[in-house]
Amino acid sequence: MSTVAYCSFIWGSGYITARARTRTHRSLQKTEEQKRRIMSVLRKINPTLQRICICEQENLGRRAMQIARELKQGVKKPYKELVDVSIGDAHSGGIKPITFVRQVIAACIYPELLHDSTLPADVKERAWRLMRECDGGSVGSYTEECGIPYVKSSVSEFITRRDGGVPASPENVFILSGSQTALMFVLSLLVHGEGSAQTGVAFPVPTYSSFAMALDELGAEMVPYYLCEEEGWALRVEELRRAVRASGLHCTPRALYVINPSNPTGNVQSRKIIEEVIRFAAEEKLVIMADEVYQDTVHEEGIDFVSYKRVLFELGPPYSESVQLASFHSVSKGFMGECGLRSGYVELVNLDPAVMEQACKWLSAGSCSAVTGQIALNIMVDPPRPGDPSYTMYSQEVKFKKDTLTCNVRRVQEVLEDIPGFTCQAVGGGFYAFPRLHLPQRAVQRAKELGVEADLLYCTRLLEEEGVCLEAGSSLGQKEGTHHIRLCLMTSTKTLGMVLKRLKRFHLRFLKEFS
Amino acid sequence: MSENGVASRRGKVLTLDTMNPRIKRVEYAVRGPIVQRAVQIEKELKEGAKKPFTEVIKANIGDAHAMGQQPITFFRQVMALCAYPELLNSSQFPEDAKNRAKTILQSCGGGSIGAYSASQGIEYVRQDVARYIEKRDNGIPSNPDNIYLSTGASDAIVTTLKLLMCGEGMSRTGVMIPIPQYPLYSAALAELGAVQVDYYLNEERCWSLDVSELRRSLEAARKHCNPRVLCIINPGNPTGQVQSRECIEEVIRFAAQERLFLMADEVYQDNVYADGCQFHSFKKVLFEMGPQYSDTLELVSYHSTSKCYMGECGFRGGYMEVINMDAEVKAQLTKLVSVRLCPPVPGQVMMDLVANTPQPGDPSHSTFIKEKSATLNTLAERARLTEEILNTVPGIQCNPVQGAMYSFPRITIPERAVQKAKEKGQAPDMFYCMNLLEETGICVVPGSGFGQKEGTYHFRMTILPPTEKLKILLNKLKEFHLRFTQQYS
Repeated sequence: MSTVAYCSFIWGSGYITARARTRTHRSLQKTEEQKRRIMSVLRKINPTLQRICICEQENLGRRAMQIARELKQGVKKPYKELVDVSIGDAHSGGIKPITFVRQVIAACIYPELLHDSTLPADVKERAWRLMRECDGGSVGSYTEECGIPYVKSSVSEFITRRDGGVPASPENVFILSGSQTALMFVLSLLVHGEGSAQTGVAFPVPTYSSFAMALDELGAEMVPYYLCEEEGWALRVEELRRAVRASGLHCTPRALYVINPSNPTGNVQSRKIIEEVIRFAAEEKLVIMADEVYQDTVHEEGIDFVSYKRVLFELGPPYSESVQLASFHSVSKGFMGECGLRSGYVELVNLDPAVMEQACKWLSAGSCSAVTGQIALNIMVDPPRPGDPSYTMYSQEVKFKKDTLTCNVRRVQEVLEDIPGFTCQAVGGGFYAFPRLHLPQRAVQRAKELGVEADLLYCTRLLEEEGVCLEAGSSLGQKEGTHHIRLCLMTSTKTLGMVLKRLKRFHLRFLKEFS
Repeated sequence: MSENGVASRRGKVLTLDTMNPRIKRVEYAVRGPIVQRAVQIEKELKEGAKKPFTEVIKANIGDAHAMGQQPITFFRQVMALCAYPELLNSSQFPEDAKNRAKTILQSCGGGSIGAYSASQGIEYVRQDVARYIEKRDNGIPSNPDNIYLSTGASDAIVTTLKLLMCGEGMSRTGVMIPIPQYPLYSAALAELGAVQVDYYLNEERCWSLDVSELRRSLEAARKHCNPRVLCIINPGNPTGQVQSRECIEEVIRFAAQERLFLMADEVYQDNVYADGCQFHSFKKVLFEMGPQYSDTLELVSYHSTSKCYMGECGFRGGYMEVINMDAEVKAQLTKLVSVRLCPPVPGQVMMDLVANTPQPGDPSHSTFIKEKSATLNTLAERARLTEEILNTVPGIQCNPVQGAMYSFPRITIPERAVQKAKEKGQAPDMFYCMNLLEETGICVVPGSGFGQKEGTYHFRMTILPPTEKLKILLNKLKEFHLRFTQQYS
């Protein structure tokens, strides 16, 4: 019996592109016994899950791991080491954690360290403060399902400070295992229904690939809206309106997902745009899901991050009282880079207490998020202050990362400007560059013959020939006929230097081959 | 909509009426209303309120550290070293802890526990878990590719159930769960819209699992759904029974015969106290029954860092091992776990430590053995104590606590109390437990939260409070029960 695993997306009328169309035919040699077993089980898996797209990018990632293994085993390749800047993982890219964070976590895990003379006083004080909040004084205990109350309070205080005094309450803060889990938590509250009553979720194209997978898993109807590359990847409300109105025929749009600063484009939304989006959401009756995990990384001079919450509040009634908003943040990005700790929060604004109660009850069945992650979250929102023993080191470490990122952003733009076949919009914020590839027609043709998108062909060849792993634009979504690559810039300057050198070399060779 | 097109305050998008109805059906008694009342009472006590007791004793949740159990030193040392590798230069850590931390960090991206891991979990950890399983199961091979690390066992259990949900109406997936059960199962089934198929454990025979009851339940269920999954919790929660090898073999034969997918929740595998009882993993028994069964029966086994002797709930470590899962289905599972990126790395590290403990000759070995034994022996003593004291109370019958962390005694509630409860709109055992809480400060969970035979009442209490406190708790409970029975006779 041959089986097929495939995925395909239709991205809205007028602009159709297959995100990553793969057909995997596998003819399996099976014994009769196995066939009998397979036949009964295979047809009976959750059909919703079969919708979830396995992008070719996943295969690229696996090939990258295989190459890394081969290099370790001494297999000869044109390069000595693999460089992976395909995902937003700072520590993997050689960026070090914040010392204060790790010292506090270590002291909480092993309280004997509270007697260690090498640990600063503020580390010990914070550790002691946090352990007091844990049942039995141990980070091995369960916490309250929505998060440690002390940490939730510190989050709400942070939000108020960040937003110039706009009030925030710990009751509206839910701590979860990373922003991805938090996004799915909110989506689960919203997504239900069949046919035209099925919840539609509007989201930007391009967007990071795991978001679309989450929509698939939950059975949400996708309502993609296109960002405008020519205008620096701006969000245009006319395009939002087009997408949402068109989707109303086959689903019930209920949520609007925005990511600001954007992954992958680096666009940072102005207050004016945010106000327009809020008015639009009010008009179309949509819950806004504002993913703000990159809020600390704005590089461009003269631009500031302003939160959706702040803008909503400052718009005043009726918007500030009626538009429902979920704002997300996490320890995975910014200057923490603690992806592996899996911790983030969502602040729910203008949701009925009855709904929040149901949400809490639901969370209680699944246990809390990891305590080590909650500790990191507390420090992210309440870091060392001027005068604290750890402040100098903390601020130096943050400055170093900021400078590294800014420097990398500038470097990428300088280098790519000089190479034919690349155009790159300005990167205002976030972790990534998302340059456009202008590939020769012969390359596009070759890709078509191979049954893959041209940017994926490009990335595959780059990986094999130069040992550099990037993310292909086709797995993030793009207008048909365009091609892009995404590079993570939150990496050491040395790593980025290597990437750019190898990329340039490969790119020129690739252009020549297909000219 | 008002004039300028703005939604009125009444017209909010997400309300109780418009939210996902399945989420509303989820209940979880372990952290339910009685616990909320307990927390409130704690606050009142802190504010100086006068009560017939000075503290709330929380015997509702299987959280060992919360009740004073100490962590395993070696585990915490390695975790601290992984969190802050500069400590590798410190003289206060033993060499084996340092070496382990170094090895673990080498398997993490950028040498940091802050990097994402593969969605299935760090390969090095899965290899250690596979070796642990082989050692535990008399050498029966375990393939690291069949191991999926998870955010606690709960995450893995829900993921598996998600995979198996399909069909509508008559063909909707039915999942057989024991009654009494650990309410994560009923909560997950409610959320997923699966059909819950109850099979009753036999209280008169020490909560044993009878295949005849499995058969009855299955046949009844086939009339209205498609039962495909059989969940077993061994050692049991809340009932504490440890399945005999014979029983496990019978269950396996039954599952094979009826083509059921077996889910074996074995998170309490080290918590076995009663003489004559031994933990046998479903996988081991399956393979020792020969290829007729071991080649075809589909099984997933679960374990976690939250229970046993380590009690590290807050780290959210766990795994599942999938046996005989079809390759295509497994690919779907692999895809499903990647949607949430990866499980917390500290939890993965903790799982590695549980799977690969200090060996004889290692510097930390003797301390490790001492700590592990002390914890398990203490739990065994408390299990015995609980059964003994509760069985001296007329109107309370307590089966032996053979394993796990709980006692699930049966209580006789006078008819007048049952009536009073009905008037209040409460289940009779909830009424009992609320009164217990208000009068003594003891927080336990009513049996109705776990399921029980109609007309019977129970409560679940943990055996985790420190032994002296446990004695106080049991005696107060005894006094309360006598008082309550008297009051409502």
